[in-house]
Amino acid sequence: MSLVTKLATARRKPGRWHWTDVAAYAYLALGVVLMFGPVAWLAMSSFKTQAGLLEFPPSLLPMSQREVVVAGHAQPLPLFEVTMPDGSTRVLAQVRRIGIQAQMVDPANPAEVIRVPIDKRTLVREFKLATENYTEPLERFAFMRFLWNSVFVTVVATIITLIINSMAAYALSIYEFRGKNTVMLMVIGTLMIPITIILVPVYLVVTELGLVNSLWAVILPGAATPTGVFLLRQYMLTLPRDLIEAARMDKASEWQIYWRIVMPLAMPALAVLAIFSVMWRWNEFLWPLAVLTKTESYTLQIGLNAFQGELQTQWHYLLAMTVVTLLPVALVFVFLQRFITTGIANTGMK
Amino acid sequence: MASAEPAAPRGESSGAARLFAAPLSLLMRMIDWPMSALQRLIGERRMAYAFLLPNIVFFGLFVFLPLIINVVFSVTGGTALFPSQRPYVGGEQYAYLFDCGSFLDPNSCREDHFWRGVSNTARFTVFQVTAMVLFSLVTAVVLNMKIKARGFFRAVYFFPVLLSPVVVALTWKWILQRDGLLNAGITALGGERILFLVDPSWAMFWIVFVSVWAHMGFYTLILLAGLQAIPADLYEAAEMDATPRWRVFWRITLPLLWPNMIVVIVLALIKGVQTFDEVFVLTGGGPGTATLMVVHYIYETAFSNQVQNFGLAAAASVVLGLVLFALTLAQLAASNRKGAA
Amino acid sequence: MSELSLTGVRKSFGSTHVLHGIDLHVAHGEFVVFVGPSGCGKSTLLRVIAGLEEVTDGAVAIDGTDVTGLPASERGLAMVFQSYALYPHMSVYKNMAFALENMGLPRDEIDKRVRRAAGMLQLTDYLERKPRALSGGQRQRVAIGRAIVRDPKIFLFDEPLSNLDAELRVATRKELAGLHAELGGTMIYVTHDQVEAMTLADRIVVLQAGKIEQVGTPLELYNRPDNLFVAGFIGSPRMNLLPGTVARPGIVTVGDGGHEIACETATLASGAPVTLGVRPEHLSLSESQGLPLAIELVERLGGESYLYGASPGLPQIPAFLGTARSSRTSREAAQLRDPS
Repeated sequence: MSLVTKLATARRKPGRWHWTDVAAYAYLALGVVLMFGPVAWLAMSSFKTQAGLLEFPPSLLPMSQREVVVAGHAQPLPLFEVTMPDGSTRVLAQVRRIGIQAQMVDPANPAEVIRVPIDKRTLVREFKLATENYTEPLERFAFMRFLWNSVFVTVVATIITLIINSMAAYALSIYEFRGKNTVMLMVIGTLMIPITIILVPVYLVVTELGLVNSLWAVILPGAATPTGVFLLRQYMLTLPRDLIEAARMDKASEWQIYWRIVMPLAMPALAVLAIFSVMWRWNEFLWPLAVLTKTESYTLQIGLNAFQGELQTQWHYLLAMTVVTLLPVALVFVFLQRFITTGIANTGMK
Repeated sequence: MASAEPAAPRGESSGAARLFAAPLSLLMRMIDWPMSALQRLIGERRMAYAFLLPNIVFFGLFVFLPLIINVVFSVTGGTALFPSQRPYVGGEQYAYLFDCGSFLDPNSCREDHFWRGVSNTARFTVFQVTAMVLFSLVTAVVLNMKIKARGFFRAVYFFPVLLSPVVVALTWKWILQRDGLLNAGITALGGERILFLVDPSWAMFWIVFVSVWAHMGFYTLILLAGLQAIPADLYEAAEMDATPRWRVFWRITLPLLWPNMIVVIVLALIKGVQTFDEVFVLTGGGPGTATLMVVHYIYETAFSNQVQNFGLAAAASVVLGLVLFALTLAQLAASNRKGAA
Repeated sequence: MSELSLTGVRKSFGSTHVLHGIDLHVAHGEFVVFVGPSGCGKSTLLRVIAGLEEVTDGAVAIDGTDVTGLPASERGLAMVFQSYALYPHMSVYKNMAFALENMGLPRDEIDKRVRRAAGMLQLTDYLERKPRALSGGQRQRVAIGRAIVRDPKIFLFDEPLSNLDAELRVATRKELAGLHAELGGTMIYVTHDQVEAMTLADRIVVLQAGKIEQVGTPLELYNRPDNLFVAGFIGSPRMNLLPGTVARPGIVTVGDGGHEIACETATLASGAPVTLGVRPEHLSLSESQGLPLAIELVERLGGESYLYGASPGLPQIPAFLGTARSSRTSREAAQLRDPS
């Protein structure tokens, strides 16, 4: 804790380095490695070939052995750097390996077979991105289907969330009506009820509605979010009442006031909710896991989880699909980082 | 609508936004017709109910109704899903759940998995909240110093918050596996490979670690906001009084940050008790039941066991709900104090 | 024809009674100003007329039709808000066109009306701007323009000049007077500034504590106030209200010195307590005769000067002009009032 103490109160004069500054930058540097490292490692690994992934110790960059087509051999042959008995080194292609001896040929002179002890040769490797890790799952698995399901769920759920929650927030911020306090209490009450504790009965409701294995089963239950209502209501309360009244004087219907005056003015709050909703929906796991049991209705997260059971030995596909799954979130983050962080700091939700 | 006019508003809305806006605006106009008719019928003040209706329907259908059904499930037995087909069993599910020789020893309980879940969740939550508070505090304090590129560093600590639990778990599973990066480092230093997710103690350590890794950015932000709200002149006054730095931290920073600390602690507790996603993907509750969590138990009991025991799962949900309810009350009390401070 | 009548209008917020039975008739084309101290209920009365507040009791009729139960959107009135209430996300053009779109007017009609109003208010060059890119005076004109395009039955103004600086306020006041002359519509205007009331109004309604104190033309209120409140409220600096006693018919004594002032006492009996109201500008200086005053303060405003003097047993007395030691009341302007 004493480090914390010093850091908390460090007030250095410009140009002078206090040891707490050094400690702080060291901590931050460690943070960069620890936070970025795993994801960077994931991304780099996803471009390795299946053979490359099995290497131990693993190489840092995706490398693969260089191969060459030699006349007289149907398959491309792997290249090796060979230390010859006279001490010189040559690059040879290996035809086959017999025990501790390898039969090798010079690609320039394929007729002559050279025998080399296997400990005298090292594999020639080159930097190569195994993009097939990304392209093959697209063809071989229902990956595109999962991707589409996730996009559909995220987009539709976010639109519904924005519309119905902003309507409720509008009612709760603009009007005085009987039962308003009851409704507010109900909203506060639902804040405390996560899906984790009503998993079974929501499943029943969804079943009775005939929605099991439909994407709507994932979209609908979370559409009305008390956090969303709160966030929007707090913002709408700050809009001047005069604007609403001016619009009423201007003969606008209540729906027009909502749609043409309040919604455009609540844009900042709507944007925050939209971003949160996209994150929630894209990353949602437990509920879809419970309600989606058919492969064709899996979202990305569920699909990925299923893969990790089925494809234990096929990390090359799994890693690539993980990268694809985190890509949209990463993009959103890069562009909207400041927006998201201030949104969280202001609302205390995630 | 506006585009035809010379005075069309320009500026914020980009081309893409307009592409979305056009069909939406048409839809909204179509809704306006019945809504206006309704308004003429019931008057403008009562339109509040019309605006509330969709949300109320959703809340009712997917929150309030399930809440009631949950209780019904927990006092009925059998394997049927529809409540009216389930025989009433009274407190049997709860009795079964709480049938223990000693509550401190899960093995002595009839439903030992539930109690293992409780014990694991409790241990996990305690470790996780402690580590979470500690690391987010240090990180927030460091980020609040006069450092260069603060935005970048804040982003570094924050970005895992946005990753999905599955991605987080798979990222770390790849590092922690037998031939993973970490074991490569250990063997390079001359150590022996460790099967991190197969050893019960290590598995618990890593789920705590990964969960702190994934979520500390969120709590750091809350604490950072609290730190930035402390007026600078307090520090300046302390400096004028030649107050030692450690004293400034203990007597000024910590007391003023305390409301945020409480929020962080309670939020972390609430999230910790509900932990499922990352652990489920990372360890699957294993090895054995070493990392089986309560929510995982509920999920398995209701959905993935051979016999789907909805009643028992519901009873466990009710127990979990009560714990969360108590924690939420604590949170409300804490945020009220924060408002008063 | 656009006339308005209020009968027995009452308004309560819970147990707080804001309006206590207002009766008023506003004729077609009239410019009526509601004036009164803050909290007197003038804004509430305007909002009741607008339909933004429901009455607790009483009736509001426009052109003889009872509109008490109608919401604001169906009364056909236009209002200029104190805050202007311009839609921040819409251009000046859209702000003015919004109501017309809601009325379902054809596009070219909307365009014609907006451009005419913009021309009238010198806003033609600013039609594409958002409100935040306008100066205070321009925003104020947009707010007025938004009312004009509607061609409403009645214009309502809720302290529209209070957010402008002094210079702009005078200029806009004149523009408003010109606008009323040009448009000829019925206008109801709320202000706490009596100068605005005096300069703009055909008739002034003085309100206090939810009641109408007096209704009349500016000069009627100035010259013949019905009661002490109106007497004190209209005119700046305020009228001198001197407590006194009827000595005998035609003579009132004021102050500890029992200074005698001749004025009409009507039917009041001798010995009755009265309050004598004299406007500062009706006092003049005299070396020899009149009420003796000790001078406490002289304010020189350049064009005019005010003198503040004290006399035993009387409140501080402001008087127009002068630097001498004593002053004399002018008989002609002296007024007699019942103590209320």
